[in-house]
Amino acid sequence: MIPNLNNLPVYDTTGVNERIARFCSRSIKSSSKVEGLKLALSMIDLTTLEGKDTTRKVQQLCYKAMHPHDTLKNIPTVAAVCVYPAFVKEAKKALHGSDIQVASVATAFPSGQSSLEVKLLDTKFAVDQGADEIDMVISRGEFLAGNYQYVFDEIAAVKEACGKAHLKVILETGELDTLDNVRKASEIAIYAGADFIKTSTGKIQPAATLPVTYVMLNAIKDYYLKTGKMIGMKPAGGISTSKIALQYLVMLNEVLGEKWMNKNYFRFGASSLTNDILMQLVKSETGIYQSINYFSKD
Amino acid sequence: MSRLDIQKTYKLYIGGKFPRTESGRYFTINDSKGNLLANMCLASRKDFRNAVVIARNAQNSWASASALNKGQILYRIAEMLEGRKEQFISELIAQGETAANAKTEVHEAIDRLVYYAGWSDKYQQFFSAVNPVSSSHFNFSGVEPVGVVAIIAPENQPLLGLISVVAPAIVGGNTVIVLASETKPLTAISFAEVLNSSDVPGGVVNILTGKKAELAGQMASHMDVNSIIYCGTDEKLMKSISESASLNVKRTIFYKKHDWTNELCESPYLIEKTQEVKTTWHPTEI
Repeated sequence: MIPNLNNLPVYDTTGVNERIARFCSRSIKSSSKVEGLKLALSMIDLTTLEGKDTTRKVQQLCYKAMHPHDTLKNIPTVAAVCVYPAFVKEAKKALHGSDIQVASVATAFPSGQSSLEVKLLDTKFAVDQGADEIDMVISRGEFLAGNYQYVFDEIAAVKEACGKAHLKVILETGELDTLDNVRKASEIAIYAGADFIKTSTGKIQPAATLPVTYVMLNAIKDYYLKTGKMIGMKPAGGISTSKIALQYLVMLNEVLGEKWMNKNYFRFGASSLTNDILMQLVKSETGIYQSINYFSKD
Repeated sequence: MSRLDIQKTYKLYIGGKFPRTESGRYFTINDSKGNLLANMCLASRKDFRNAVVIARNAQNSWASASALNKGQILYRIAEMLEGRKEQFISELIAQGETAANAKTEVHEAIDRLVYYAGWSDKYQQFFSAVNPVSSSHFNFSGVEPVGVVAIIAPENQPLLGLISVVAPAIVGGNTVIVLASETKPLTAISFAEVLNSSDVPGGVVNILTGKKAELAGQMASHMDVNSIIYCGTDEKLMKSISESASLNVKRTIFYKKHDWTNELCESPYLIEKTQEVKTTWHPTEI
């Protein structure tokens, strides 16, 4: 059932920004920083979503997922590889034997401008190919037009089509204009059956931001307090440095707490973040600032 | 009514902006009589690291700017410096130079910029060649910038010395991070203001003030720096720079003793020092 959207908290942008500024000014000890970076690495959905993707590119990405940087000992692999449905089979094959998940975008990603029928077929195709996780997009046009029931039903239908696959619902916050809209869309997605809510496709600017993620984390928190069920969070797009990743983790810890601090409940949708984290980890081990030239491209 | 003194705040120059050091630290410099001259930013290793990231991002587009454009920009720096030469002369005098030497230094500095501006579209021909080979190839060599260059500027002749090492590096398409003279850093930061009003894209020249003892190690070991220039006579430091530079086979360039007014200090061979030769084998007959 679609939740009551009339009694939601209202967000004051200035207030949210003040709160975010606090998260960003926490000082973190170097030893904790290393642990934080490893945690962030283990939460990455290594992503390639380009028209020019090929099977070789996907194979290379999968290799990177399993072997982030072989000269570094004791580092985790990433959480998942995220590709278009056409490459799910290839990714599944390349990742065989590891516990890395394959996530696939679906439902006429990134715009979502197609019929429900096509979206469901798209989803089923990805699941049949072996996807463990589905990243769907909501119909932003319908949402902004106030057609919340439509958005809710669509998510619920896709959830059903997913079967056992986890469903991440992309709100595309860059198109939702206000934090109040973000909160509303989060509620709809969560009540319609999302396992994760995700900020962005990465194809629209602004993509993930700390304020937007903060609002979504609050929606997750309120839902948890009400029902005891834990929903995951995935900021995606524009998170390219270790420093920003750590700021997200600080916020996650302070809003939702330790239970969410693992890859089952938090993911980063990113690609260049991986190498930045690896460079920081090598720096902390050797004391020498690193160059991207000595890290494999994904 | 007498006016209050307006004291200048000397800051760093990174990415075309004048930030304070992220560390919040400072050090003091005195004039020749031992009176306080200014508080300078004491740049940290993190400031240097940030500057490298910015210099790296700026390098490609600077290198691909046309030779004419780079030459024009160097000439523009000279023009701007010419307009403010009185300020530089008085800063040099405040740092202990005689009036005559200060004037010579500023004039030489301006002329040196003009000199390298002229080489902008010429050094390539000078250092390129078509090579004779015995196979059926057209074989030719050309020069390319090494990339990001870290520079430890000379202690003495702080304006002319700095310009003498920076100009040949940037005219060749490199971007640089310069650690200014430790004892006489005023003119370096004032020179940054000149750069800032001379159409030099942000990040091409970055200037830090601070201590060699603290920064030289990182400048030599940073994996994303392609070459390091050290001006000075500290043999121990040169040895440690050489060792650290070997990590990524950085090119090391040492200028030991110098009177930077010497005419040997302007030469296209100083441009070549931060150039890499690329040789191409092009099949001609099969």
